[in-house]
Amino acid sequence: MTTEAAGTARPRLPNDRWRALEVAFWLLPVIAFFVFPSYRVLGSQILITGLFAVSLDLILGYAGIVSLGHAAFFGIGAYTAGLLAVHGWHEPLSGLVAATVVASVAGYLVSFLVVRGGDLTRLMVTLGIGLMLWEAANKAHAITGGVDGLSGVTIAKILGVWGFDIGGRTAYIYALVVVFVVFVVLRRLVHSPFGLSLRGIREGGKRMPAIGAPVATRLRAIFTVAAAVAGLAGALLAQTTQFVGIDTLGFPRSADLLIMLVLGGTGRLYGGLVGAAIFMIAQDYLSGIDPVYWQFWIGFFLVVIVLFAHGGILGGLETLRARWRPSS
Amino acid sequence: MKAIHSLLATLIAAATIQAAPAALAQDTTIKVGVIAAFSGPFADYGGQIEAGMKAYMKEHGDTVAGKKVELVTRDTKGPAPEVAKRLAQELITRDKVQFLAGFGLTPNAMAVAPVVSEAKVPMVISNAATSSITTKSPYITRVSMTIPQVSAPMAQWALKNGIKQVYTVVADYGPGIDAETQFTKTFKAGGGEIAGSVRTPLQNPDFSAAVQRVKDAKPQAVFVFLPAGEQGIAFVKGFNERGLAQAGIKLIATGDVTDDHVLAAMGDDTLGMITSFHYSAAHSSPENTAFLKAYAAANDAKVGAPNFMAAAGYDTMHVIYEVAKKLDGNIDGDKAMAAIKGMRWTSPRGPVMIDPETRDITQTVYIRKVEKKDGKLANVEFDKIPDVKDPGK
Amino acid sequence: MIGNVVGVLFDGLAYGSLLFIIAVGLAVTLGLMNFVNLAHGAFAMVGGYVSVVLMSRAGVPFLATLPVAFVVAALVGFVLERALYQRLYNANHLDQVLFSIGIVFMAIAVTTYFFGASQQPVSLPDYLRGQVHFLGIDFGVYRIFLIVVVAALTIALQYLLERTRFGSQVRASVDNATAAAGLGINVNRVFALTFALGSGLAGLGGGLGIDVLGLDPTFPLKYMVYFLLVVSVGGSRTIKGPLIAALILGVFDVAGKYYVPQIGGFVIYALMVVLLIFFPAGLYGRRA
Repeated sequence: MTTEAAGTARPRLPNDRWRALEVAFWLLPVIAFFVFPSYRVLGSQILITGLFAVSLDLILGYAGIVSLGHAAFFGIGAYTAGLLAVHGWHEPLSGLVAATVVASVAGYLVSFLVVRGGDLTRLMVTLGIGLMLWEAANKAHAITGGVDGLSGVTIAKILGVWGFDIGGRTAYIYALVVVFVVFVVLRRLVHSPFGLSLRGIREGGKRMPAIGAPVATRLRAIFTVAAAVAGLAGALLAQTTQFVGIDTLGFPRSADLLIMLVLGGTGRLYGGLVGAAIFMIAQDYLSGIDPVYWQFWIGFFLVVIVLFAHGGILGGLETLRARWRPSS
Repeated sequence: MKAIHSLLATLIAAATIQAAPAALAQDTTIKVGVIAAFSGPFADYGGQIEAGMKAYMKEHGDTVAGKKVELVTRDTKGPAPEVAKRLAQELITRDKVQFLAGFGLTPNAMAVAPVVSEAKVPMVISNAATSSITTKSPYITRVSMTIPQVSAPMAQWALKNGIKQVYTVVADYGPGIDAETQFTKTFKAGGGEIAGSVRTPLQNPDFSAAVQRVKDAKPQAVFVFLPAGEQGIAFVKGFNERGLAQAGIKLIATGDVTDDHVLAAMGDDTLGMITSFHYSAAHSSPENTAFLKAYAAANDAKVGAPNFMAAAGYDTMHVIYEVAKKLDGNIDGDKAMAAIKGMRWTSPRGPVMIDPETRDITQTVYIRKVEKKDGKLANVEFDKIPDVKDPGK
Repeated sequence: MIGNVVGVLFDGLAYGSLLFIIAVGLAVTLGLMNFVNLAHGAFAMVGGYVSVVLMSRAGVPFLATLPVAFVVAALVGFVLERALYQRLYNANHLDQVLFSIGIVFMAIAVTTYFFGASQQPVSLPDYLRGQVHFLGIDFGVYRIFLIVVVAALTIALQYLLERTRFGSQVRASVDNATAAAGLGINVNRVFALTFALGSGLAGLGGGLGIDVLGLDPTFPLKYMVYFLLVVSVGGSRTIKGPLIAALILGVFDVAGKYYVPQIGGFVIYALMVVLLIFFPAGLYGRRA
């Protein structure tokens, strides 16, 4: 056992074992279900947004693609699930699967455009696609309801037993189970050799071909996965709220998502969940107080995080932990 | 392990104790949950609605049937149906409101409809203008207006005044398409001819193409529906700049374009515009004078000039107060809706009635012209069509 | 129909010129400092509000407010650059994006607090309104004015970059900042002055554009797409690139809305995506 200088953490080999903190983290929403029964609807939406944020982390934190149009896939998933329900297919689980498939196809097609060019180009391409999709959804208002939204999304009981209630109980449990299952899969993906190669691409994309890793193929793959997960999250929202608004595809949603992810910390799978939780809880709490201040303080915190608190909340916690327990 | 057990036990105990509702408050207050946008690009919607509500409460006091009326406002920040639905659910289950009101935007109202159906809570729409909203739940009523309701009279007036050929320019979104559809339907039914139509994209800073198309077609008039704000301003400016007014083409629109709240900012380019709408701040009646006075007294100057949304907020509170008086403070969803159906009163805009079958509003639609009154721009009424029902149903 | 084509072309060029004036500052800062500044629209907004406040509260004539808008926006840019932006020159693009979004949010909140959320009233002086009739076609006076101003500005900028010492310092720093510093060029000063120039141009554009684009606190977000469009399609290494890009985008946007209004809204975004696929570094960008 070598002694370490205070403040440096011993580098760990990547492994897939669940750490105690992770278990504790996933107990929190379970506990919250019982302790805060009147906040279940908010809770289900936090979980869904958290999953959406994790999907953005896959391309942003792990692969280094800056996207301002990720809500396009969220919206595609939401509309797929919503339209299926409106046109007679009320079963929720198959609706989720269908939405994920459609979103991943869309993601695959877009991925060809995204792997070219530098950061600004990718930013503009993703932004442009998001905006065009919004225009398309607005134009096709006979199908999508346009800006008025798609109502009449009736969802049958899950597995024939649990129906959606006004208190949000079923929505919460449904969201929690789905989010947890998908998260476990993504976690496995990120800790696999494929996930590590993504990190390699992010840090030194030009060197990766030298070790035989095809950059473009991997980027396309992760983009497709990210789109699929975003679509799944969108479908969850459509099913738990029984409504699809055109704002699910909009630019503000993509921008807010980016903020949430950065707040929580990119490149650390839990960052999206933490960021979404804190952002939405703060927004809910402060929405009674003067809303102009909300926008100012969000802007302020963004500037502060970028200048001083790199890595967001999780990054800050990691630094604290490293300083506190140097021999962990 | 023992620590975790006792921790879990404490938490579950806390949860069950917390479940005791704040039922005591319900006996002495009538809570009204106001869901609208109070920040972001639609901040004026919520701001105006709330200002009108406060005006009513200032004028009539904040107590009715022995109970205090309390407004609980929640911000949707814009069109955010899942947020609106969640806020409605929370207002009903957590804050135990007896009424829901506000709803400046259609998607928010649409998303909340199933919630009020399940909870049997009366919902009063103070602005959202799509026809079909009131059909989504038997607990919804509306005191503002619908787009077809104010578009049809414009077509009727045009036909009556020798305009037989019109070009339509609307924004390409739900409300714009509704306006175009209704105007065209009424206009054609009366023997008029639509010279052409164009739908402009919603994100549209430059209207030169649309105005040029109108100029090329040389119609007698152009009917416009655009979101209030910079689009209306841009179009009107383009209209004047390109000489369409000099060419004798009339500019007709629904009153959304010359919204009283932004009319001053639109400037003198709007002079002479003819619009059809249900409320003008320049309407002369004792009720409107009282409303304007109460509005100024209850709100500070930052809120800006009152417009149709403030008037609707005022009328929203009227409906709520009347229901409370009729039910002696004990608000039951079904009884409230029964009391609302057929309600008539004289609003700051003129006489209004809630249709007993559709639960939507029937009112007088005025034809106004933009003129200078006391040095300020105002929508001056010069003609009217009474008892207009919503033709969209 | 030819008359219409000329008319549409003219309107498109005018619209494109306006986009160019506002976006050229962003092209310069992006090209020089490799900084993705999404807050560029905020400087345009500053210029716009300066212009409006001077006109409505101090009765200053419109044309006189424009240089003031330029100077104030340039000053704000200079101060922010020294205080905050310069710390992030070596940061990755995501950080820059987030930082500039944060600045935008704060700018919007502060503007809403002081000026309210509604549109600012603007009225141009009479000699800039109306149309002139020439060869059977009507041309808007203000649009002619815009095109003239842009042409003059472009010539002035080209002159500044190609013929002055400062310009050559800027070009040297763009090509290779380390080598330029090695030659004794005060690169930091060049960056600061260029950023100020870019912001000033944005402010000028904001003042010029209020009649066409309107002015309210959400201006930076609403039009952000358009500035970024011009810069990403035009490339950030030259003045010529964004100019051509702005004019092309302007013409196609207006033509699309005039001839095929059903797809009018898509044209500008679709064109951008197509151009970026074929020219990932922009029309006049550096080929990788």
